[in-house]
Amino acid sequence: MAPITMNHVTKVYGDGYPAVNDVSLDIADGEFMILVGPSGCGKSTLLRMIVGLEDISSGDMLIGGERVNEKAPRDRNLSMVFQNYALYPHLTVYENIAFPLRLKGVSDEEIKRRVEEAATTLELTEHLQRKPSQLSGGQRQRVAMGRAIVRQASAFLFDEPLSNLDAKLRGQMRTEILRLQRRLDTTTVYVTHDQTEAMTLGDRVAVMRKGVLQQVASPRELYEQPLNLFVAGFIGSPPMNFLPAAIENNQVKLPFLSYPLPREVAAQIGSSDLLIAGIRPEHFADSSLVDENKRDRGITFEVKVDVTEWLGSQQYAYVPFEAPDEITRHLAELQQELDSEHMRTQMIVSLDPASRIRDGAKSELWLDPSRVHLFDPRTGKNLTREMTIAAQAAAAPAPAAPAPAAPAPAAPAPAAAAPAGAGSASTSAAGASATGGPAEPPAAPDGSVRAT
Amino acid sequence: MTSTATAAPPKQRRQRTISIGGAILIVIYTMLPIVWILSLSLKSPGDLTNKKFLPSHWTLGNYRTVFKTSLFTDALRNSIGISLIATVIGVVVATFAAYAIARLDFPGKRAILSLALAIAIFPQVALLGSLFSMWRAVKLYDTWPGLIIPYVSFTLPLSIWVLSAFFREIPWEMEQAAQVDGATAWQAFTKAIVPLAAPGVFTTAIIAFFAAWQDFAFAITLTSTNRARTVPAALAFFTGASQFQQPTTAIAAGAIVVTVPIIILVLVFQRRIVAGLTAGAVKG
Amino acid sequence: MTVTAPEREASVVPAEAPHSYGMSERTRKERRLGWKLTAPAVILMLAVTGYPMVNALYLSLFSYRLTDPSGRKFVGLANYGVVLRDSLWWQDVVTTVIITVVTVAIELVIGFVFAMVMNKIIFGRRTVRTAILLPYGIITVVSAFAWKYAFALDSGFVSNWLGWLVGKNYNWFGHRGSALLVICLEEIWKTTPFISLLLLAGLSQVPEVLQEAAKVDGATFMQRLWKVTIPNMKAAIMVAVLFRALDAWRIFESIFIMTAGAQKTESLSFLTYRQSITRVALGIGSAVSVLLFVTMVIIAAIFLKGFKVDLGTVKGERR
Repeated sequence: MAPITMNHVTKVYGDGYPAVNDVSLDIADGEFMILVGPSGCGKSTLLRMIVGLEDISSGDMLIGGERVNEKAPRDRNLSMVFQNYALYPHLTVYENIAFPLRLKGVSDEEIKRRVEEAATTLELTEHLQRKPSQLSGGQRQRVAMGRAIVRQASAFLFDEPLSNLDAKLRGQMRTEILRLQRRLDTTTVYVTHDQTEAMTLGDRVAVMRKGVLQQVASPRELYEQPLNLFVAGFIGSPPMNFLPAAIENNQVKLPFLSYPLPREVAAQIGSSDLLIAGIRPEHFADSSLVDENKRDRGITFEVKVDVTEWLGSQQYAYVPFEAPDEITRHLAELQQELDSEHMRTQMIVSLDPASRIRDGAKSELWLDPSRVHLFDPRTGKNLTREMTIAAQAAAAPAPAAPAPAAPAPAAPAPAAAAPAGAGSASTSAAGASATGGPAEPPAAPDGSVRAT
Repeated sequence: MTSTATAAPPKQRRQRTISIGGAILIVIYTMLPIVWILSLSLKSPGDLTNKKFLPSHWTLGNYRTVFKTSLFTDALRNSIGISLIATVIGVVVATFAAYAIARLDFPGKRAILSLALAIAIFPQVALLGSLFSMWRAVKLYDTWPGLIIPYVSFTLPLSIWVLSAFFREIPWEMEQAAQVDGATAWQAFTKAIVPLAAPGVFTTAIIAFFAAWQDFAFAITLTSTNRARTVPAALAFFTGASQFQQPTTAIAAGAIVVTVPIIILVLVFQRRIVAGLTAGAVKG
Repeated sequence: MTVTAPEREASVVPAEAPHSYGMSERTRKERRLGWKLTAPAVILMLAVTGYPMVNALYLSLFSYRLTDPSGRKFVGLANYGVVLRDSLWWQDVVTTVIITVVTVAIELVIGFVFAMVMNKIIFGRRTVRTAILLPYGIITVVSAFAWKYAFALDSGFVSNWLGWLVGKNYNWFGHRGSALLVICLEEIWKTTPFISLLLLAGLSQVPEVLQEAAKVDGATFMQRLWKVTIPNMKAAIMVAVLFRALDAWRIFESIFIMTAGAQKTESLSFLTYRQSITRVALGIGSAVSVLLFVTMVIIAAIFLKGFKVDLGTVKGERR
């Protein structure tokens, strides 16, 4: 068990392309850190640099305070679960799990004891004498984990371990991994492109884009206070809506409504008159269903709903809108980076399933403008971030976000979010430093989760 | 994902050194005997016994000698003609068989594959006596067909293996789609499969050609004159320009002449040959 | 493809599909096409091997020299007795075994090293693959001449280079050991590329991620080689060894060119050739041919049985 520290770590390939660009990151002892981002963002490369399967072009990699740049993987005492599990096909489950111990020349009794212990933990006891080819996907995954936990590694590394499982099994294994990590309390770095895994598993989540670290924060903070357009668009499903926001006469004009430009934003934008507004689908509401006492805080406006999708527990409405070319172009680029197709410009609204809003109808929606994020289209910077933090702190019992946030039992979000915002996630799109205070306890916001 | 960094760290540099060193060793290993025989072919008769690797006087005289010797020129003609004809016939026959084995379901399939395997490991030399008397009986002795027939037969097993391995890689649906579109099984074969199979067939042809070009045992047994004797056999019988002259350098020149086509084929089709040689053995 | 075939497998080209109960017209057509397409290959293969082999079996029961057709008479298995009692046969068996074992063992090692280099190589991959194909493609007779002249007493440079070791006028082909050494060297040079390509194919089927996993698990290079790489390419190794062993067992051209069997370097193939062609003793020659064939069947059977045992241990439970 050891902390992992990266100082300005860079990986440059032969063609000069930096796969990992100046990443600095502190992973505390026992912390569960998620590396997330679209494919090709360098998250797997970074993980392989930690374990020693990729060389580090520049910067320092420290494990347990010791510089390991030049060390071979076997001298780093890390264990890793590969995407395709990398089980040795010629060995039984028992021998697969025992493999790292056999290499170290551990005695047979000791091996037996530890393999059986690991097998019990992972419920593999009855499969110990079988070959990997005779196992199901979930069982293979558990064998790979068994091989990882059987020796006392300084840290566990996971490279998209659940991506080859079907959805149902993925959910089960996700909780299994979380339980195991909590029990063993071993530093864990987990690479995924799956948001649900990122949001549910991590103490902290590091979002990467084109080799550059974008933001490192607790899942809740990433969701509620994204540092930039990229993080905002990447985290959340269905994704945040991005609308053109014209600034006219100190008003923010969105396609369907306008509201006064917040003072804080006005100070930052200078002369530019076009921003991008980001609104989470669930921050809209069917105005007929909004509480009377809440209604005043927001604005009511009329839209023409194109299509609705009723899913039982949720309902989505799609509202097309027109956007200026400049914004469309920015959004198209963003979509491409996020691995998704750029579709027509339309807004997704998450409605209460009880809502009577139907396809093709003129409908009245409600929105609280304080929930709107405003982004600078050129830099992608979130201009309203400080404001949202303050607003959330003020609105004490925040309307429970139906977001895939950490399963924190009644963790009062505002209280936790405020200090964490400044501390653990002070990164910029330029990738300066994503490191908080050096010995900061892992992700204050989730302290309550870890205690369980 | 592995690639080379511009500023290679020590570990990578060491790996690169080993890999380059290994590559150079392999090239030296493979080239040394070939360079030696080339050098020998350029030696003048006086140089022959100086026991040096390289000639002290370079001469093309040996090449002039072999091309003036009918034993050699006739043999070259025979080698080219017989090998090409055997290759074409063998590949056509093997293509039909491999297609059936890879694509059709019929009883006897496994028996055919076993037969091919048995023939591939068959000691050709054990047949020489019988073939020798048979060929004399049916007037095939010392004729082109007399060599073409055994060459086709003995290249068939490898050709069938390699081709059926290639054919198994071709997507089934192509053929079925063609049949759904109204093609007969034969049309499905010629219109949908042949274009996809062409690279594999070509590879097989090269490998079959190598085998026919190489043969020695049949060539010395089933021929007696320049009518059908091929180069490998001719080299063994070569006696030099005159009785008093060592044939060594002339043989070397002849050897180089018949090695040139091999080198050209290898240079041009290196990737295909490797694929063909390994496809049959590893997958089949 | 769903119809099960009730017929015997052996019937290769029946005149008509027998007992086609419940077979659709399509299935029957498919069968007929299958037989039609394979018939030429089967006929050719059988004509050149099947008939001559049966003929050889028949001839081996006679005392028969081509030069003396009238003296032909039935002698039963006497020819086999003559061959098997002859020390020459056993001497040639020993020679062939030595050549096979030595060449295959050394080729396996060199071939593996080559395969590893080719697997890892970054620069000049094309050049190396081209180079490695040259010995494979070159005519065996040419290769045999090259090695013969390199070691020959009059023209060879090797004695010159290795003068400090064996003396400048060492006659390599004058002693059994050194002559066999040169024969083996030629054979190794010519056929290692083939073995290395087979091993390379096997090597490339061992997923790179297994190597990475083993690195993380703490394995050294040698541990990865013995505990991960080799166990996972057993099949490729076995195939390579089987092919090469059967091939080496048939060694003929290089001995013909280099020593013509002198200094007790005669192989079984060369003995067969000499009996049936040079001496035109078709009876004895046929017996030797049949015995050569039998030895190969034995080797193949041993290997295939070894194969099965191997596959069994892979699949079955160990420990």
